[in-house]
Amino acid sequence: MAEKTITEIQDEIIDEFEVFEDWLDKYNYLIDISKSLPVVDEEYKKPQYLIEGCQSRVWLRAEMEDRKVVYTADSDAVITKGIIALLIRVLSGRTPEEIINTELYFIDRIGLKENLSPTRSNGLVAMIKQMKLYALAWQAKSSKK
Amino acid sequence: MTFDINNIRNDFPILQRKVHNRPFVYFDNAATTQKPLKVIERMDKVYRETNSNIHRGVHYLSDITTNDFEAARETVRNFINARHDHEIIFTPGTTAGINLVAYTLGEKVIRRGDEIIISAIEHHANIVPWQMLCERKKAKLRVIPMNDNGELLLEEYRKLLSPRTRIVAVTHVANSIGTVNPVKQIIEIAHSQGVPVLIDGAQAIQHLRVDVQELDADFYVFSGHKMYGPTGIGVLYGKEGILEEIPPYQTGGEMVDQVSFEKTTFNSLPFKFEAGTPNYIGAIGMGAAMEYLKEKGLDEIAAYEKDLLEYGTRRLSEIEGLYLFGRAKEKIGVLSFVLKGIHPYDAGMIIDKHGIAVRTGNHCAQPIMERFGIGGTVRASLAFYNTRKEIDRLCEAVEKVKEMFS
Repeated sequence: MAEKTITEIQDEIIDEFEVFEDWLDKYNYLIDISKSLPVVDEEYKKPQYLIEGCQSRVWLRAEMEDRKVVYTADSDAVITKGIIALLIRVLSGRTPEEIINTELYFIDRIGLKENLSPTRSNGLVAMIKQMKLYALAWQAKSSKK
Repeated sequence: MTFDINNIRNDFPILQRKVHNRPFVYFDNAATTQKPLKVIERMDKVYRETNSNIHRGVHYLSDITTNDFEAARETVRNFINARHDHEIIFTPGTTAGINLVAYTLGEKVIRRGDEIIISAIEHHANIVPWQMLCERKKAKLRVIPMNDNGELLLEEYRKLLSPRTRIVAVTHVANSIGTVNPVKQIIEIAHSQGVPVLIDGAQAIQHLRVDVQELDADFYVFSGHKMYGPTGIGVLYGKEGILEEIPPYQTGGEMVDQVSFEKTTFNSLPFKFEAGTPNYIGAIGMGAAMEYLKEKGLDEIAAYEKDLLEYGTRRLSEIEGLYLFGRAKEKIGVLSFVLKGIHPYDAGMIIDKHGIAVRTGNHCAQPIMERFGIGGTVRASLAFYNTRKEIDRLCEAVEKVKEMFS
């Protein structure tokens, strides 16, 4: 079976969330998946990996494995962590080109957009930017070689 | 009896709405308060019927608006019992008022090696302007410490006062934990050494009867929007003598007397500090808010809020794993808490889903959060339109949070 595209995974997440009728189930599910997050090792919870939000903090690390960017991350807030888990499911293990060119529409569609509002300042908006920046950096690095 | 909670709730249109399909509960009053019809309609009336710029026109409407604006100044004077109308300076808000004093009095009196005293429970707005002033002047910032209840240690304050102390700037009520500071005593102690005092009244003016003469404050600042008035308007009260002495802050129209390219002379108080077109509609709206509060009775409001705070403190304390910060003997309606093992952001998101507005985070008071060794709290801040029933709903939401995140 061929690997799923980023679009397919985004649509898959949207389908998963469609069964939830109210916010409570949705957030309970988010809490569940927060536990599946590939978290960064404690040793990487250093200032250089920290994305400071006013409300919650996010640590993000990217590594290049076999021409693909692999992300690990963590947050001190569970809801933030759940959304990070979804973002990693969509973007981790992809080539820098794919990551840079992806339009993330699934968060809006599953009704969690409020978590991405810059005014919430939970570090997520900055995190997505940082994920793309890492990809851009890898791309620049590899094109130089 | 004018204080009837049902009538009061009907005065605030926004309280009738729903959020997330539930009746809206507004517990973010320390951030900003909701507006009664009296304020909304008063401002609407100016826009619809009398709007004209003030003080410059000879025409009919300009006259009316100017009179309304100056009547608002008189309302403010009366509300805080200042001696003179011209001791009331309209500003864009508390932050602007503090900056004004830091840039005028501060620039005038602070020299290298001088000291400014603030406290451990200040909002950033009453820290940073002084910090920047200290940087510009190579002066030192001294901080009055607090105890675990969130009360300032006056003995430590006495020790901090030195012959180099030039300004004391302290909040009347702490926004993050609700402590009411003994500002009268703080002022008295500073005055015994001839040091002027600025009081940040942003969280006090809507809860307590403030009498600037009785306090003997040199400066008292607050915002309109935290006392049921509009945003973008606030007050700097200053004693006449000291306002006369300090230089103007921003310059431009209205605040000048004579302008030529060689020399400009400045207008008298209060206009010397009101450069440009002031927010006159805001000022009129704030005046209406003050009239509304007086109508409802400041003492009645304070008594009702005290009861609500006691009820909220008792109810929240009953919840296992909930820890309340700010246990000062003298405090006003702030319930700032953490839940064991649960991030304030997570708690806040779920509480919001119940249609309840609270604030989470550090409340622009990072030093105090650091002092408590926490990253932030959930803060429910009360107003006199809140009810015991709403507190019950908050408690239910908190129980739900515990259930979800345990």
